[in-house]
Amino acid sequence: MADVANVIQVSGLRTAFGPQVIHDDLALGVRPGEVMGIVGGSGTGKSVLLRTMIGLTRPAAGQVAVLGADVPRLRGRQLRQLQQRFGVLFQDGALFSSLTVAQNIMTPMKEHTKLPAALRRELVDVKINLVGLPLDAANKYPSELSGGMRKRAGLARALSLDPEIVFLDEPTAGLDPIGAAAFDSLIRDLQRALRLTVIMVTHDLDSLKAVCDRIAVLVDKRVRVGTLDELVRDEHPWIKSYFRGVRGEVAFAGGSRAGVN
Amino acid sequence: MAGEAARFTVEADGPAWRLALAGRWLTGHVAPVDAPLRSAKPDRGRPAVVDLTRVEAMDTAGAWLVHRSLREWRRAGFAAEMTGGSDAVRRLIDTVGRLDAKCPDPPPPVNALAAIIGRTGKSTITILNEAGALLSFLGVTLTALLSSLVRPRRIRLTALFFHLENTGLNALPIVGLISFLVGVVLAFQGADQLSRFGAEIFTVNLVGIGVLREMGVLLTAIIVAGRSGSAFTAQIGTMKVNEEVAAMQVMGLDPIDVLVMPRVIALMITLPLLTFYADLMGLAGGAVMATLVLDISVFQFIRQLNDAVPLSAYWVGLVKAPVFAFVIALVGCFEGLRVEGSAESVGTLTTRSVVESIFLVITLDAAFSVFFAVIGI
Repeated sequence: MADVANVIQVSGLRTAFGPQVIHDDLALGVRPGEVMGIVGGSGTGKSVLLRTMIGLTRPAAGQVAVLGADVPRLRGRQLRQLQQRFGVLFQDGALFSSLTVAQNIMTPMKEHTKLPAALRRELVDVKINLVGLPLDAANKYPSELSGGMRKRAGLARALSLDPEIVFLDEPTAGLDPIGAAAFDSLIRDLQRALRLTVIMVTHDLDSLKAVCDRIAVLVDKRVRVGTLDELVRDEHPWIKSYFRGVRGEVAFAGGSRAGVN
Repeated sequence: MAGEAARFTVEADGPAWRLALAGRWLTGHVAPVDAPLRSAKPDRGRPAVVDLTRVEAMDTAGAWLVHRSLREWRRAGFAAEMTGGSDAVRRLIDTVGRLDAKCPDPPPPVNALAAIIGRTGKSTITILNEAGALLSFLGVTLTALLSSLVRPRRIRLTALFFHLENTGLNALPIVGLISFLVGVVLAFQGADQLSRFGAEIFTVNLVGIGVLREMGVLLTAIIVAGRSGSAFTAQIGTMKVNEEVAAMQVMGLDPIDVLVMPRVIALMITLPLLTFYADLMGLAGGAVMATLVLDISVFQFIRQLNDAVPLSAYWVGLVKAPVFAFVIALVGCFEGLRVEGSAESVGTLTTRSVVESIFLVITLDAAFSVFFAVIGI
């Protein structure tokens, strides 16, 4: 698992809030161009793991190598330069509410590139089309969009600088099943077209089936990584009840809504 | 991000007009080639060929530039093709090409004069509507208050005592400090001016009347509006965002009884008490300053205070306190209950609540002054 070419290589990670230890000696490798799902019960630190990878939370110990740089050891400018190579979609989009969708998508380009205004405008059009937003959404404010459209706009902003890795925090939470399926296939299509590496935290069993190449399950303060088929056969009690519980059975019985390809 | 910037060369001497791309065609690298690429035009009568062979890397920005050039040339009637390049690069250019649709331009900014007039009208209507809504809330609250007085068992004691502690006891340090300092300032400035006439002793009159009639109650009301009025709006507003208020209504609990009444009653009890405390602290500040700067002993200060300041000055100050308290609590609860949906509106309305209640308190204070002048107190 310790591939040299891994895009993300987490090892010996320990995260603690006061006396409460969230991760202990956690190791995780993500290969280039794969979609890695992160699942786990409430409070097991899925989002914390994601925030550690993108440099928002500092771990107590351990290495978090992303694109060859150890994130917890980076400071200031170096960290920001690395972060430009990520795209992050927070829950519910986290769009800037005072800017229109087009201005939101343009913000990273304005900050970090010298692209001329006309070209920026054209690239915004490309991104809006890329994530399947209707064209007239460009000049709307986030409050005028539905939840699904906000997520698409957030994804468009995350893709603004054509990142190498995209982090998604519960991309389908709060969407209706049809919207969720559409978002799943969007992620898959974009991942193929732009050759992205995708890390997604999710609770959605259908998403796991439809999108993820491998899944990291957070149990006992560490992760167990495997493909869906491997994990379904895992005998760990939590994993068993997650993948083979009532909902798991329904999602993986073959009659699921997952609509990719 | 090291690597060679995006660049291209034109080779016009072959059978076709060739545009050979090289370097890294990435978002961070394509800025310099945008303008030259826009003006690059193939020769008449020859097909245009874009050669991708020496492209090191390409993302959607680079792919868009290639696609845009090809599109423009085809529109102008040239035959335009791509050669070379990896499958991935060509596929990306195709993908971007399929996504070529222009979003509508942002609406042009409105004429500045029209915008000012429009905004003035809009905010006038908003203010009038809000005044109307506040008046109707005043009616509801007064009715509930009167029926609480008739049937005191409707008052929720736990909540009442909680708010008594929060708005009263916990405000003592800040109210005391500020009143004391205002007493000090009044005494010092008064002494500075009055000593020119040798009338230093009248500093006591100035401090006494100033603190008791106006400063004590006004400052306390303003501090409480900033401290407790805003807290009321934020608390009730957060409960509205969390749908706690809706849950309350569904359970048959009246938010006016549960949320508004305890706060209104608590503030109407604590603000007069705080005012009394502020009066004492203000006078103490004046007395300390008088002792230090004017050599007026504390006993002299008290005697002069007794002679010069009528008891009515104290009552005139104190009688305003419950009225101010009612207004502050009313506005705080009213704005809190107006919160809709997002956390953002909690912030907006909390600000508005403080501004509104301070404005109303000062307006009422002016009205009181006129009233007392007319009846001759």
